[in-house]
Amino acid sequence: MSVEQIPIEASRTKKKKRVRESQAALVWRRFKQHRLALISLWIVGAFYFLAVFAEFIAPYDPSHYSARYTYAPPQGLHFFWRDEEGGLEFGPYVHGYETQIDPEAMRRVFVIDETVRYPVSFFVESEPYHLFGLIPMTVRLFGVTDRDAPMYLLGADRLGRDLLSRLIYGTRISLSIGLVGVALSLILGVVIGGFSGYYGGWFDNVVQRVIEFIRSMPTIPLWLGLAAALPRDWSPLTIYFAITVILSLVGWTELARVTRGRFLALRTEDFVTAARLDGASDWRIVIKHMAPSFMSHIIATATLAVPTMILAETALSFLGLGLQPPIVSWGTLLQDAQNIRALASAPWLLSPGVAVIVAILALNFLGDGLRDAADPHGR
Amino acid sequence: MADKPLLTMEDVQIVFSSPDEADIEGVRRVDLNLRPGKTLCLVGESGCGKSVTSRSILRLLDQNARIDRGRILFTPKGGETVDIAALKPNSPAMRAIRGANISMIFQEPMSSLSPVHTIGDQIDEMIVLHERVKPKEARERTIALLDQVGVPGARERADAYPFHLSGGLRQRAMIAMALSCKPDLLIADEPTTALDVTTQAQILDLLREMQETYGMSMLFITHDLGVVAEIADEVAVMYLGDIVEQGDVYEVFKAPKHPYTQALMSSIPTLTRRSERKKLAPIKGNVPSPRDRPTGCAFTSRCPLAFGPCETQQPGRHEIGDGHVVRCHLLSETAAQTEGVA
Amino acid sequence: MARFFAGRLVSMVFTIWAVSFIAFAIIQLPPGDYLTTYIARLGATGETVDPAVVDALRQQYGLGDPFLVQYWKWLTGIISSGDFGQSFEWNRPVTELIWGRLGNSVLLEGIAVIFMWLVALPIGVYSAVRKYSLGDYLTTIFGFLGLAIPNFLFALILMYLSFSWFGETLGGLFSPEFEDQRWSLARVWDFFKHAWAPVIVLATAGTAQLIRILRANLLDELKKPYVTTARSKGLAEWKVILKYPVRVALNPLVSTIGWLLPTLISSSVVVSVVMSLPTAGPMLLRSLTSQDMYLAGALIMLLGVLTVIGTLISDLILAWIDPRIRHGASR
Repeated sequence: MSVEQIPIEASRTKKKKRVRESQAALVWRRFKQHRLALISLWIVGAFYFLAVFAEFIAPYDPSHYSARYTYAPPQGLHFFWRDEEGGLEFGPYVHGYETQIDPEAMRRVFVIDETVRYPVSFFVESEPYHLFGLIPMTVRLFGVTDRDAPMYLLGADRLGRDLLSRLIYGTRISLSIGLVGVALSLILGVVIGGFSGYYGGWFDNVVQRVIEFIRSMPTIPLWLGLAAALPRDWSPLTIYFAITVILSLVGWTELARVTRGRFLALRTEDFVTAARLDGASDWRIVIKHMAPSFMSHIIATATLAVPTMILAETALSFLGLGLQPPIVSWGTLLQDAQNIRALASAPWLLSPGVAVIVAILALNFLGDGLRDAADPHGR
Repeated sequence: MADKPLLTMEDVQIVFSSPDEADIEGVRRVDLNLRPGKTLCLVGESGCGKSVTSRSILRLLDQNARIDRGRILFTPKGGETVDIAALKPNSPAMRAIRGANISMIFQEPMSSLSPVHTIGDQIDEMIVLHERVKPKEARERTIALLDQVGVPGARERADAYPFHLSGGLRQRAMIAMALSCKPDLLIADEPTTALDVTTQAQILDLLREMQETYGMSMLFITHDLGVVAEIADEVAVMYLGDIVEQGDVYEVFKAPKHPYTQALMSSIPTLTRRSERKKLAPIKGNVPSPRDRPTGCAFTSRCPLAFGPCETQQPGRHEIGDGHVVRCHLLSETAAQTEGVA
Repeated sequence: MARFFAGRLVSMVFTIWAVSFIAFAIIQLPPGDYLTTYIARLGATGETVDPAVVDALRQQYGLGDPFLVQYWKWLTGIISSGDFGQSFEWNRPVTELIWGRLGNSVLLEGIAVIFMWLVALPIGVYSAVRKYSLGDYLTTIFGFLGLAIPNFLFALILMYLSFSWFGETLGGLFSPEFEDQRWSLARVWDFFKHAWAPVIVLATAGTAQLIRILRANLLDELKKPYVTTARSKGLAEWKVILKYPVRVALNPLVSTIGWLLPTLISSSVVVSVVMSLPTAGPMLLRSLTSQDMYLAGALIMLLGVLTVIGTLISDLILAWIDPRIRHGASR
């Protein structure tokens, strides 16, 4: 009767274009269209590269100190200079320091001494160290050729330690705590959320209430309380793992929520029903049929959880209840910036904060990009 | 023609632009004539541009759409003729026409009313806006209107929220709202599509009754030929952005001239015994997308009678009776010999 | 409405009970107790403690009892007489110590919430209505920064800037002369002179989130047919937008308070430590480090309760502004 119902023969014969692309390739193709996310992927990659090869890349050991250069300001890396005849010479170098007494403030101040040039080069010799704690090495990626010369590209801290080196070592701890914490949360979240979504019923109900409860609580007081319970005499490594466990105890809920949601949505999908009618086992259904279609979501959610972990660690360590000073992390480094007067005379102490912001931004963009790529329609 | 037309659309073209694609002509060639007090049904398949055409009259198009060509001449009762196509969408002049002279009812009675305001509030607003009366007085008129459109317990219902009402009642409230300022023209964009069959009939009856009471014209958008038969004085058939035929509803139904209209009419099933039923004659092929519409007559790709000029030349308007206009090359063949219409 | 309210109240009581249990469990976690730490500290300075005194103290606080018994004593104390126990470190009842601090917390967080809304509303509406305009892009950038800068870092930066530019140390909520005074106009003024910085620090992340949510909601709503209906009435565009889609988009925004509050209260703990504000945060940190368990427990619990009450208020506001909830409609 209506125009809409006019039978149209041709529509049935039209061939359906079959997309033979794998889920992963599809997600990757969509991901590449987010330029910001792609740039962020490179930044995050660079951060993790720093973290892995920290010992080799950092010019000094994080505990290497020199009392002469307390709070020495950043030098800046220079490349060109004029030789005696006025010709332009090329080669990286840093200037030396000169100390003066500030007559007003009555304290020692550093002035960059432009007459001194200390050449900087790649693969300089250093005190022996172990790469990854295993491979003995005596070469670092770069440094001043003259081993007694100072090089503080990001300035020095209270004990005259090189902030750049400490920042690079801190990257390792802060980023790995994000990863390990998310890995633990992931296990908790996927197992609990998966069961909850797959079996439903009273178990699902209880889990839902628990998740709601944890999510409605302010996390910092809980984290502080748990962290304060850690015995003071534990080794740094034990503390490190304990902190990760504490962070993931609160952090698993979002992952569980996403997993559960996906499971619930998939459970009713036709292809899962079809597999079940074919007599596939529960386990096989989950692994073969359901997992691939929600992996991308899980990865995206996990990526978005990493910055939260990093922020939490930074905040806890900053407050003095997380990692403790012999361990170098962005949070413990920022502890030095707590004193506003120290900060005023050595603003470079905030540079770990810049690292935090860049890493968080990059991880967030990356996670957003992944999520959009995994699920272009939904949010 | 006896009366001056209330609304004339002349050669209107509406173009949609998007940042990463070429512009699309959503509506290519629309000529319409609407006489005072009459009902014109605009018929066509979904996506042919009939909704866009109706919205262009109130300048309610989306931001990416623009009227590229043509005039929309509107002459309110005892007023000056305005070219609506020349007004700015949100100008005071356009807003003065909206609601007061031309009002509109929509397909989805649920989502077309705000979920967080009462029915009464939404109707009062319009009366207060155009007639500058006190809110209290407006409310009394709202209640009278609701009563008139058959909402039982109008006084209480005025304080109800849309989700309290059934689909039929919501559409009645929409109609009450549209009539609240006694418009000259009521545009109804598939007002019965979302309703069940019995409610549909009631709403159609109501619209007819209201038209008699208020003496307004109606532009009725639908894809349902049954509705057309029930309510229309005139019918305009639209295919892929072009009006292919307009005329008196009896004439067009009885003796359709354009091949598309003919195909439409023959696709209406008639009630017969099973043994006597004939196979319906479907239109061959698919509606092409506006992107690859033939440069000539849009229907060429599916027309069983297509010949020489159809593919590349746009057919002219042929007036073959009082107000019966057809755009088809077939007519120029025969017509050219007899009268040579432009 | 009454049923809705009753349901929320019941679930609130259960949540608060769970909060109390968790709070008590957390403060019971550390090995040993305050007395052991206390004795060790005294021992380190060469003083000795009479074991009898220690035993008496242990008895008094019931420290030797099993966990559940201790918890029961604590909970019944709170319910029957509002007694949160004794602070070991201050040697005073916990209740004497916390209310002023908590009051400051509530005040600061309340102002931060209001601030968030006042800023986020106009900006969010603007960036949805003028989608992809320069202002919209700036807003988006601001939003990402607001979310990525940890609040304690933001506080540090603000303090550093104010110190190095104006030679002023930001911090505290009152000048010393107003510290212990009663509220007066002068004190309110003094409060605002101090509070603007922490309020900005606390509100930034939330503002950024609210803007993002409002923008997304509003973009959805702007496409809805009822907006076209409103336009077809002849209303002016700004009136159409403010009265209809913005009004509808507000509802989901109100329900976000439920999860903005926990974050806000969390960050106020950290920010208060950095800016040395007389709120619950620094007191909690101190009590945790010194194992002042009843004080820490009370603070953890009350911060949780604060969140629960805040969420309840947001639920009530939501029910009040959304007729669909108020009238119990299914959707």
